[in-house]
Amino acid sequence: MTPVWEIAALSLKVSLWAVACSLPAGIACAWVLARCRFPGKMLLDGLVHLPLVTPPVVVGYLLLAVLGRNGALGGWLHDTFGVSLTFTWKGAAVAAAVMAFPLMVRAIRLGIESVDRRLEEAARALGATPLRALFTVTLPLAAPGLISGALLAFARCLGEFGATITFVSNVPGQTRTLPLAIYTLLQTPEGETAAAWLAGVSLMLAILALATSELAARAVRKRLGRGT
Amino acid sequence: MLAVNARKKLAAFEWRGELRLGFGATALFGPSGAGKTSLVNMIAGLLAPDEGEITIGETCVFSRSRGIDLPPERRPVGVVFQDGRLFPHLSVRGNLAYGRRRGSLAPPDMSEVVERLELGALLHRRPMTLSGGEQQRVAIGRALLTGPEALLLDEPLAGLDGARREQVLGMLAGLSRDTGRVVLYITHRMGEVLRLADRLALIDEGAVKAVGTPRELLGNPELQSLTGRRSAGALLFCRMERTDAGDGLSRLSCGAHHLLLPRLDAANGSKVVLQVRAGDVALSLAPPQQSSALNVVAGAVERVLEEDEAFSNVVVDTGQTLWARVTRRSVRELKLAPGRRVYATIKAASLFSEP
Repeated sequence: MTPVWEIAALSLKVSLWAVACSLPAGIACAWVLARCRFPGKMLLDGLVHLPLVTPPVVVGYLLLAVLGRNGALGGWLHDTFGVSLTFTWKGAAVAAAVMAFPLMVRAIRLGIESVDRRLEEAARALGATPLRALFTVTLPLAAPGLISGALLAFARCLGEFGATITFVSNVPGQTRTLPLAIYTLLQTPEGETAAAWLAGVSLMLAILALATSELAARAVRKRLGRGT
Repeated sequence: MLAVNARKKLAAFEWRGELRLGFGATALFGPSGAGKTSLVNMIAGLLAPDEGEITIGETCVFSRSRGIDLPPERRPVGVVFQDGRLFPHLSVRGNLAYGRRRGSLAPPDMSEVVERLELGALLHRRPMTLSGGEQQRVAIGRALLTGPEALLLDEPLAGLDGARREQVLGMLAGLSRDTGRVVLYITHRMGEVLRLADRLALIDEGAVKAVGTPRELLGNPELQSLTGRRSAGALLFCRMERTDAGDGLSRLSCGAHHLLLPRLDAANGSKVVLQVRAGDVALSLAPPQQSSALNVVAGAVERVLEEDEAFSNVVVDTGQTLWARVTRRSVRELKLAPGRRVYATIKAASLFSEP
C-alpha cells in the first residue's frame, strides 16, 4: 500500500489543480448568470447544475465517452497535444472539477449578486470599461463569494469518488485519491486500520479547508469595511 | 455645451425634454419623480433614450438616427450621485485616483482637488469611516479628477444634515463659478438653487417647462406651481447694508427700496434673498400714515389672479415681483387692476433670508 502522505498529497494536487483550472470558467459562468440577460440563460443554468443532480457515475461515464481515448474530444487532445486523461491524475482533476463546478458557480454567483450594481455604474461613469469595472469593482467586492466558492469546490474535489473511479479508474499513484484509497482498503482484508487513518486525514483536511475559508472571508470582509 | 433632446418611455410618464446649456451652473429643479435622475442617467450613458440626441461639448454621445450610443466610459461627463457611491474596498485616495480622463479638458491636479475639498486628512481612510459630508466631498473630487466637460450633480446634498450641507454647499458654490465647464445641479431645494446656480431649469413630468435666471423664473406667477413659490412667497434679491446696533435691525437695499428687518447674520455688502409670503403683504393706495409698519414699497399692480371665493393673489411690480394675498372685496373696493399704483406694506417680522 502507498504511504498515507503520498495519497494525501495526490488528493491535494488533484483538488488544487481542479479548482485552479476551473476558477476562471466558474467566475465567467457566475458573472454571466448574475449579470446578463439573454435567451437560453435557463439552459446554461441547468447545464451548470447538471453534475449536482446527475449520479456521479453517469458524469464519469459521460466524461469517458467525451474525453476518453476514443471520445471525440479525448482523441483530438491525444492526437494534437499528446495529452491523455484516462488513468492519469489529470483526468482525476477533470472529474473533480466537473463535479465541483456547480457548487463553485453558485457561491460565486451569490457573491457577485451581492455587489451593488450602482457601484459598477459609478465605475463606468468614471471611465472604466466593463472589463475594468469587473476586475476593479465587482470581483474585489465579490471576494467573500469567490473565496467560499473556491473552498467549497476544493472540499468537494477532495471527496470526489464516483465520477473519478468511472472515468479514470483506480490507479495507485495516479488516480487513487483519498476516497478511492479508503474504498480500496475496505475491500482488502485487514485494511481497516489503514482506512481509519486515511479517514482521519480526510477529516483533518476538510476542517483545515473550512477554517481557511472562514479566516479568509473574515479578513476580506474586514478589508471591505463590512465588519464580521 | 450640453444639449439634450430625447424621448424615453419611463414607468410613470414619458421623458420628452429638450435642454441646451452653456458654461456655468444650471440648477434642475422639480418635484420628486419629475424625471431628474433619469435625465442624468441618459446623459451619463446609464440609460438609453428611445430616440433623440445628446451632445456633450463637441461630442455627440447619443443619436438614434445616426446610430451613435457611446458607452458611459467614453462620455466626457462626471457624475456625483445622490448616494455618493464610493468604492468601499478602496481608500479615499484610491477612490479619487479611480477615474479615467475623458474629453478635451485637462483634469485638475490631485493635490489641487484635495486642497480645495479639504480631503488631505482623509486620504488613507476607508469610505465607511467617513461622515456623509466627507463622502460627498470625495465623490465630488473623484468626478472632477476625470476632467469632465460636464459635471452632473444629482442631489449631492440630499442625505446631509444642516451643518454638513452648508459646508459642502460652500465648496460647490466655489466650484460652479469656474467657467469652462457645464455644471448641472439637480435639487428640490430652492435655497441650493439660489446659492449655486446662474440658471434655473424647471422640470415636471419629464418635460422642461422653463429655463431662465432664478430671478426671472421665480418672479413669474405662471410658474408658481412649478417653483413652489405660491405657498412659500415671493423672493426679493437684496444686498445687506448694515445692522443698527441700537434697535437690532438690519438694513437692506433692494433695488430702489430699503427694507428693515431683525438682525441678520450676513456680512455688509453680501447678497441676501428674502422670502415674503403673500399673506404678509398688505396693499394700500396711499402710503400708510402713522403706521407701525416699517417697510413700505411703491409699485404697480401687474395682474390680479383670483385664488378662491374670498381671496385674490395680486402680483405687484416694485422693481422686483411681490405677491399680496388680499380679499376679493378689497380688490373691488381699491379697484386693483393692472397698472394701478399701490403701496405694499411688508411686515418686518415676515422677512427672513432663504437658507
